[in-house]
Amino acid sequence: MKNFQRELAVFVRTVIGRAYPRLIGLQRERSWLFFEIFLPLLGTAAFVYIYRALGAKPEFTGFVVLGGAMTAYWMNVLWSMATQFYWEKETGNLALYLIAPTSRMAILLGMALGGMISTTVRALAVLILGSLVFRVTFTVSDWGSLGLVFFLTLVALYGMGMMFASAFLLYGREAWHMANLLQEPVFLLSGFYFPIKSLGFWISAVASLIPITLGLDAMRQILYPQAGWGFLDVRIETLTLAILSVVFLIAAHRMLLWLENIARREGRLTVRGQ
Amino acid sequence: MATQVLQRETWRESLRSLKVATWLGWQIESNWTDPFLFAVYSLIKPIAGAMILVVMYLVVSGGQTGNPIFPYIYLGNAFYIYVGSVLMGISYAIIDDREHYGVLKYIYVSPIQVYFYLLGRGVARTLTGTIAVIITLAFGVVVFKLPVNFLAMNHALFWPVFLIGLVGLALIGILLAGVTLITARHNYFIGEAVAGALYLLCGAVFPLDVLPKFLQYIGLGLPMTYWLEGLRRAMLGTSASPLLAPFSNETILIILFSSTLLVGLISLSFYRWCERRAKEKGLIDMQTMY
Repeated sequence: MKNFQRELAVFVRTVIGRAYPRLIGLQRERSWLFFEIFLPLLGTAAFVYIYRALGAKPEFTGFVVLGGAMTAYWMNVLWSMATQFYWEKETGNLALYLIAPTSRMAILLGMALGGMISTTVRALAVLILGSLVFRVTFTVSDWGSLGLVFFLTLVALYGMGMMFASAFLLYGREAWHMANLLQEPVFLLSGFYFPIKSLGFWISAVASLIPITLGLDAMRQILYPQAGWGFLDVRIETLTLAILSVVFLIAAHRMLLWLENIARREGRLTVRGQ
Repeated sequence: MATQVLQRETWRESLRSLKVATWLGWQIESNWTDPFLFAVYSLIKPIAGAMILVVMYLVVSGGQTGNPIFPYIYLGNAFYIYVGSVLMGISYAIIDDREHYGVLKYIYVSPIQVYFYLLGRGVARTLTGTIAVIITLAFGVVVFKLPVNFLAMNHALFWPVFLIGLVGLALIGILLAGVTLITARHNYFIGEAVAGALYLLCGAVFPLDVLPKFLQYIGLGLPMTYWLEGLRRAMLGTSASPLLAPFSNETILIILFSSTLLVGLISLSFYRWCERRAKEKGLIDMQTMY
């Protein structure tokens, strides 16, 4: 019992310890905050103007602003979760992580938690600024469902990020390119800037493996109940997100053990400048 | 006589720097994986980027591609790939060499022309960008019946506009490389911020006319606006932007050429200033660990 308590305390301390730099980093370099809000806003603005040039209905501006805000999470998952162990390897920290007497899952959870909170600040800023600049009004039909969908989207998404982080342990220089490759195709498949329903049932169904696809679709349905662009019923999407959350967290744990072992055997954990 | 020999030697050194940097850049860009995965990567990324805009257009138009705005958006997006590639390629070479490989100081002490070395790295990114642009254009012509005839288009307008625009991009890239050289924690954002701003302001994927007035004026002051407009006119024969329609093809070319010249002068002197400042402050071999 004492052992368990001690391990739990170490686990929690590790989570807090790894989340801390992400949270404190928010205010240490404030110019980063500006860039991380300003850059997605630029892209969002461009997509809003495309819809305006095409004479689209006003709700499409809302779709884009919401999608633009959610890009912050995907970028965070890609560049600060998936590739994180690669950066740590490059800066020489990975070996320190591995010899530390703590759980690697706790490190990943800390990264995820810190990333989630700091990214929420950025996403909220994009959402608020985007809504003000482009005069977007959202009508929330059900706050409870919106909160639940958002929460489950983040859990599933960061679970996926934790899984990717383990997979990227094996990568060298290609990590950067692979993360890069997961940008535009995911923006397309997840319907960041248009309703996912327009891709057709089967493509949307496959794309639903990426949690943000269903999360975005459900949030759009809740915020624009009259638009009629929903892919599946919000309840089905919420349930799927809950299942994806559990699956990705378990998969992340398994993959971490398996891939760390491979990386150790093949001597990839300390190779730098590959 | 001695001056002529020195000049000839400098030119030879510049050309060698350009050639070697191009080869090095190409190796860095392409040898991170096997040729098959590289080909898949080169295919998927630009097509996915183009498809986002295509789906957005199709959702609103109800599946029609006959509207002149469609080729406008598609071509602008295709050629914009160069902006990201060249701008970020050149400025990122500084980060890569200084922070990642730690070789920038060795480049500075070796007998090469750094300005041409950076341009060479840009040429490598231009090559990978060209692959993406060709794939995107071919995809548009085959799948979406884009009204572009590569044989019948206005070549007399296309090639000068295309080449001057690429030179302009490389010069802006050098300018950003200068900024990267003297900054520590912002260098990752610089290229992206400029590329993102240009995407919005130079009418890459929508006519400038839909922007608020003050942004239209900024857009009209950017060389890339005329570059994309010239390329579209050469390939489609018309302009879809009422704001730019009054400009003749010759005017577009003259504005593009003179603004590129101006950017070149600013870029050259600014990079020299940044270089001197970086040497004074000991930033050439800085390791920020960011």
